[in-house]
Amino acid sequence: MSATRAATPPTRHAAVDPVRPGRSLPTLVRHLAVATGVALLVLTVSYQLDSFRNYQLATVAAYLCATAGLTVLTGLCGQLSLGHGALMATGAYSLALAQNAFAERGLTAGGWLAVSLVVAVLATVVVGAVVGVAAARLRGPYLAGLTLAVAVVVPALTVTFDGVFNGEQGLAVPVAPAPAALGSYFPHERWQLWVAAAASLICLVLLANLVRSRYGRSFRAVRDDEVAARLAGIHVARTQVVAFVVSAASAGLGGALLAVLAQSVSPGAFGLTLSLFLLMAVVIGGLGRIAGAAWGAILLVALPDLTHSLTNLFTLSPAAAQRLEGNLPLAIFGSTLIAVMIVAPGGVQGLLSRLARAMRARWPVGRS
Amino acid sequence: MDRFLFLTLDGLSRGAVYAAFALALVLIWRAGRIVNFAQGAMAVAAAYVAYSVTAVTGSYWLGFGAALLAGLLLGAVVDVAVMRLVDHRSPLNPVIVALGLVLLIQAILGMVYGNEYLPARTPFSRTALTVGGTAVLSPYDLFVFATVGVVGAALVWVFTRTAIGLRMRAAAFAPEVSRLLGVNVGGMLTLGWALASGVGALAGMLVIPTELGLHPHAMDLVFVSAFTAAVLGGLDSPPGAVVGGLGVGLLLSYVSGYAGGDLIPLAVLALLLTVLLLRPGGLFAPVAARRV
Repeated sequence: MSATRAATPPTRHAAVDPVRPGRSLPTLVRHLAVATGVALLVLTVSYQLDSFRNYQLATVAAYLCATAGLTVLTGLCGQLSLGHGALMATGAYSLALAQNAFAERGLTAGGWLAVSLVVAVLATVVVGAVVGVAAARLRGPYLAGLTLAVAVVVPALTVTFDGVFNGEQGLAVPVAPAPAALGSYFPHERWQLWVAAAASLICLVLLANLVRSRYGRSFRAVRDDEVAARLAGIHVARTQVVAFVVSAASAGLGGALLAVLAQSVSPGAFGLTLSLFLLMAVVIGGLGRIAGAAWGAILLVALPDLTHSLTNLFTLSPAAAQRLEGNLPLAIFGSTLIAVMIVAPGGVQGLLSRLARAMRARWPVGRS
Repeated sequence: MDRFLFLTLDGLSRGAVYAAFALALVLIWRAGRIVNFAQGAMAVAAAYVAYSVTAVTGSYWLGFGAALLAGLLLGAVVDVAVMRLVDHRSPLNPVIVALGLVLLIQAILGMVYGNEYLPARTPFSRTALTVGGTAVLSPYDLFVFATVGVVGAALVWVFTRTAIGLRMRAAAFAPEVSRLLGVNVGGMLTLGWALASGVGALAGMLVIPTELGLHPHAMDLVFVSAFTAAVLGGLDSPPGAVVGGLGVGLLLSYVSGYAGGDLIPLAVLALLLTVLLLRPGGLFAPVAARRV
């Protein structure tokens, strides 16, 4: 099965969605209900986990915005983007510049963070629209080449214009501490998780609705057959630009959240490798599925952690350990990506869906 | 005027390498309709082999030969062990797999050699000779021109004058018919990958000493520049790749000479965007335009 068609048709996919409470509810209500449930879960979990795990979970939430955006673009609209790392950089740097501008004017209250996040998303939308207009005219390897160029070039721009972006050093991001109303001993990481999870859930609800809307259907029509889509009255180029802009906005939000979490931005974090990681995450998770994007985001955070514990098992010289630790996740990501593309183009979520279908075929419970 | 002459010659030397690398991309594109996004990483891997061989034997030329061999071998292995297994019905799949290869190769290189810049040697001096008080080409530039020229001529000879070259063209042009006529189409494809990867390794060997040195990511920007060159010439056209490569080399040399080296990445992106939007088929597009 080819990658662009790897996503099963939405109706079948929806039918096996285990968290779906009922068929008759409107899409928005259903998605909001799921989001509320997840929010409550995150809230509970945030009190159970230690600071480090909270921080990791917050990082997952940040990556999830970007991977969900990318899976909508690549999986649903059929456009490959290798430039999402660069779009995340755009969001992160916009947020840093906005936060610094606010801090210079003495606006350090926590509420300004929301404004900065919106600024970051808008800035990425502008960049995404420029790339998207070009991308809508390109197919296959040409599009991949252009977005690859974006991914390689944009981090280098921070050095070119180091007056604004401060070169390799990057910028510090002043972030207000947790509100005093939560108590003076409230861990900062828990607050970060709340902020990241809230922003990410809003992004996901919007994306999930978009996917089920008229636009989502147009995306899939364009992906499957452009000529047929055009005959059905769909403006192909406009649809592709919309998909790119939506995807860019999500990536920008993800990048901005990463900047909030790290409280700094530097070009090293947003190189070509990040773009490839994002692509890998959505492919391994399962192209075109938002649940797959979640698997991918979890993998992005968990795998480096796992390899860290793995390298600790061996007694290595510090230099060798550092080399291994820095590169082992890349090697695993790369080989997994190749293996998944060859063996299971549907990714993790595709396997789960198949498993669920097989289970239901064997034990039909409460459906008929 | 002296400066202009120097920048022009320097740009041509730089462009010759881009031309070779773009040729490698065009070779695979013509053979299998795949843009090999792992070409840069594969070339770096070959250059690291050269580094090891040179470190052990002390001879640059043994390392050079080893890099070419490693390039040929790596290309064949990538085709047989990976690319042949990929479902080619969607053009996305080979691209994604090639990117997985990029991650894998760069990670292995990082594990073995570390993520620091290693010094890369040149066989000849890179100090420019002066003719009548004007700095012109360095001996190394002449070596680059000669090498790329020989490789280009050899490729032309192989593809126009030898039976195996004709079989490779036939296999790429009409796989089904060629198979019926007894051509080993899969083998020809593997040979094409090996050749292209060998040419890419050569380009890597030539370009890496002129940049910051040996690093797993050393070819990232070179790949983008060479891709731009290949698109500029039309992905289908080997002469186009050469002209495109020289053009990109000249442009980048002027940009870095007159506006500053920091602007090179931006110039590459701007050029690629312009070409793709204005003339996506490239300067040398065949009459039947390919839909891009």
